[in-house]
Amino acid sequence: MLIGRSDPERPCITICTGTGCVAGGAGDVVEAFRKVLADHGLSRRVEIRLTGCHGFCEMGPLVTLQPSETFYPKVRPKDAKRIIEQTVLNKEPIEELLYRDPSTHEPIEHEGDIPFYSHQHRIVLAENGRIDPTNLNDFLDIGGYLALQNVLATMSPADVIDDVSRSGLRGRGGAGFPAGPKWKIASEQPAACKYVVCNGDEGDPGAYMDRSVLEGNPHRVLEGMCIGAYAIGAQQGFIYVRHEYPLAVGRISRAVQDARRAGMLGERILGTDFSFDLKVVRGAGAFVCGEETALIASIEGRKGEPRQRPPYPAVSGYMGSPTVINNVETWANIPHIINNGPDWYASIGSEHSKGTKIFSLVGKVNCTGLVEVPMGTSIRSIVYDIGGGIPDQKALKAVQTGGPAGGCLPADQIDLPIDFEALREAGTIMGSGGLIVMDESTCMVDVARYFTGFLEEESCGKCYPCRKGTQRMRELLEDICEGRGTMEHLSLLDELGATVNTTSMCGLGQNAATPVLSTIRYFRDEYIAHIRDHCCPAGVCTELIRFEIMADLCDGCGACAKVCPAEAIFGEKNELHTIDPNLCIKCGTCKDVCTKDAVLVLSGGGHEH
Amino acid sequence: MSTESVTLTIDGSRMEVEIGTSLLEAARMAGIEIPTLCHMEGLSSYGACRLCAVEIGPPDKAKVVSSCTYPCEEGLQVRTHTPRIVNARKLLLELMVSSTPSSKTIQDLAAAHGVTQQRFRPENEDCILCGLCVRMCKEQMMAGAIDFAGRGPDRRITTPFEEDSEQCRHCGGCMYVCPVCMLRCAGPAADSTLCGGCLIACQMPVNTAKIA
Repeated sequence: MLIGRSDPERPCITICTGTGCVAGGAGDVVEAFRKVLADHGLSRRVEIRLTGCHGFCEMGPLVTLQPSETFYPKVRPKDAKRIIEQTVLNKEPIEELLYRDPSTHEPIEHEGDIPFYSHQHRIVLAENGRIDPTNLNDFLDIGGYLALQNVLATMSPADVIDDVSRSGLRGRGGAGFPAGPKWKIASEQPAACKYVVCNGDEGDPGAYMDRSVLEGNPHRVLEGMCIGAYAIGAQQGFIYVRHEYPLAVGRISRAVQDARRAGMLGERILGTDFSFDLKVVRGAGAFVCGEETALIASIEGRKGEPRQRPPYPAVSGYMGSPTVINNVETWANIPHIINNGPDWYASIGSEHSKGTKIFSLVGKVNCTGLVEVPMGTSIRSIVYDIGGGIPDQKALKAVQTGGPAGGCLPADQIDLPIDFEALREAGTIMGSGGLIVMDESTCMVDVARYFTGFLEEESCGKCYPCRKGTQRMRELLEDICEGRGTMEHLSLLDELGATVNTTSMCGLGQNAATPVLSTIRYFRDEYIAHIRDHCCPAGVCTELIRFEIMADLCDGCGACAKVCPAEAIFGEKNELHTIDPNLCIKCGTCKDVCTKDAVLVLSGGGHEH
Repeated sequence: MSTESVTLTIDGSRMEVEIGTSLLEAARMAGIEIPTLCHMEGLSSYGACRLCAVEIGPPDKAKVVSSCTYPCEEGLQVRTHTPRIVNARKLLLELMVSSTPSSKTIQDLAAAHGVTQQRFRPENEDCILCGLCVRMCKEQMMAGAIDFAGRGPDRRITTPFEEDSEQCRHCGGCMYVCPVCMLRCAGPAADSTLCGGCLIACQMPVNTAKIA
């Protein structure tokens, strides 16, 4: 039996040291707590545990006190003294430091009562805030490696594949291919040498689910991979992580070393005949390497570009051997399926999409962060119940799912349940779980232009429709954004988008036109306003807008003229100021500094913002 | 059916082919014309130009794949000229002709496929990155002097570190297979004369001109 050593009753200060909280100053907070504890002579009595990402990154640095579960957001180093003296020693929460509900402004003491967390159903992320990811004992304390132990002691490889198949788990990397059948294909190959690969090449702008799991709970991923390797008969595995995730690379490398030392990796694992080892490979920064055949090429040391399947990697992958590639989140789900049974997993989620999915909720929403919910949860529930709605009383305009190659759904579709089929039908994709919320100040043509530009840069360039098609779509969108668009631009975009999506080789190209096609489908009027009226209704496209100062609101304070980088604003003190449209570079600084809201953005025939 | 062969249906006709035959080869054996630019007999399939795209599977679940890289499978239904495929090929050729207008091969292919307009901003690129030269150099000339570098808009064919290659024997194989280099459209000559360039080129069968 594997057992850890820590005492659950001992007071513990858990401080999130995920990338978000570290960027927010968690390092200084940790030092402050250590110093205060030392000053009070409490260093032995009170434990400080540095955990992985809790997912509520907007509120970081996060500090949770155990066993009371008192939760403090946005902790500063100077708060350490009060927290230790009042909450740790006297067990009294400090009301002014507690989290406040964004709608009711009531303070909330316990982490689990905060709407952002209470509406989630956490399986994979549940352990992130509880353990120190660099400490194997912490992981053993929460039942780590028990699933592997059970599998090796009591299950045959076929039993494992059967359990994973019955759980209904589908790949979390984007395409949603069922994990069990994929393993079965690989296990049936006669090859002597087989491989498992963990795809941690998370490249979507704004998405960081995999990073948080690798940083916060690396052993869970290793455990899942060991079980997968046992099931298909692999002796070697690779964890492919972006080089841009230094903390994740460090934590997973450390976990591999610790696991090897403890006998969970290497020769004769846990005393059985099963041998398996892992190597961490760093990606060199290409978005397309998240595509499985490109990822394998990259591990093999070749240029990271996809090839046409078949053969699928489960038949012929790394060095021509059968290779099972799954996403970080998929691997992290495996031990939970083994521990709790496939029926438990299959009872969560929707009819064809089982279990939970982690989404990275970002954009114009009150509570940004990582959200783990059962498949089939509505977008409304994620944006409003968990995300706390849209800031500044603005209206929701669209939600983009699935990363840069995903589509934008309009506000009237927010009751759509999120699962693979429903999203596909609505013209977008699940992707690896990016969820970008956009409010009324977002221009959908501009959004399509941005993502198409991103995909153009990140296309490997191998197949013609993806390389040339993204360039041509970007050019057409630029024309529309800059007022040169015609109705023919729109029909050509439709036609070109369909061709790019049907004829491209890999998943990147096959979705490269999705941002364009989905915005045309749902926001056609906005495109037409740009084309016909030279009007950007959201007031974003600089070529189509102009800034004006309203005579009845301006009090002549001169603040705008002072900050204008183009020196385009004129006016005497205490008198109406005016903007010279020939000099104005439309940066919007004047609007930002005006305390009277006298600066208006006008577009087309006088649409105002 | 022997174990070394598979039977499939291409455009409604059943045919039996050896295992390992690509859909493109099978279709051409059956006399079905599928355009290609990055494919050449004797070189490995690459699947970059996507002109050889075909539809496979039952019509309601049709998938589009490049026929040069897809192996024939038992019972597979293949359709090479559905409206979706024909339109996609036409648009791909329109993209090519607007970016690489001086290639006679591309112009002829575009004309043969009914491309009558060019709606994109004109460019004048010299290379469509089909990679025939790279494979020729590596697979037939055993030199491996050139390869792809960069990605997306920066993708190009070059020697290592963009320096003169010691592996290059100046054999010219790369230029021989290039669909852009060898058959350049010189454009119309002076008004008073007929240059005749098109006439000579048009006597070669479209598409197979370079594959002979």
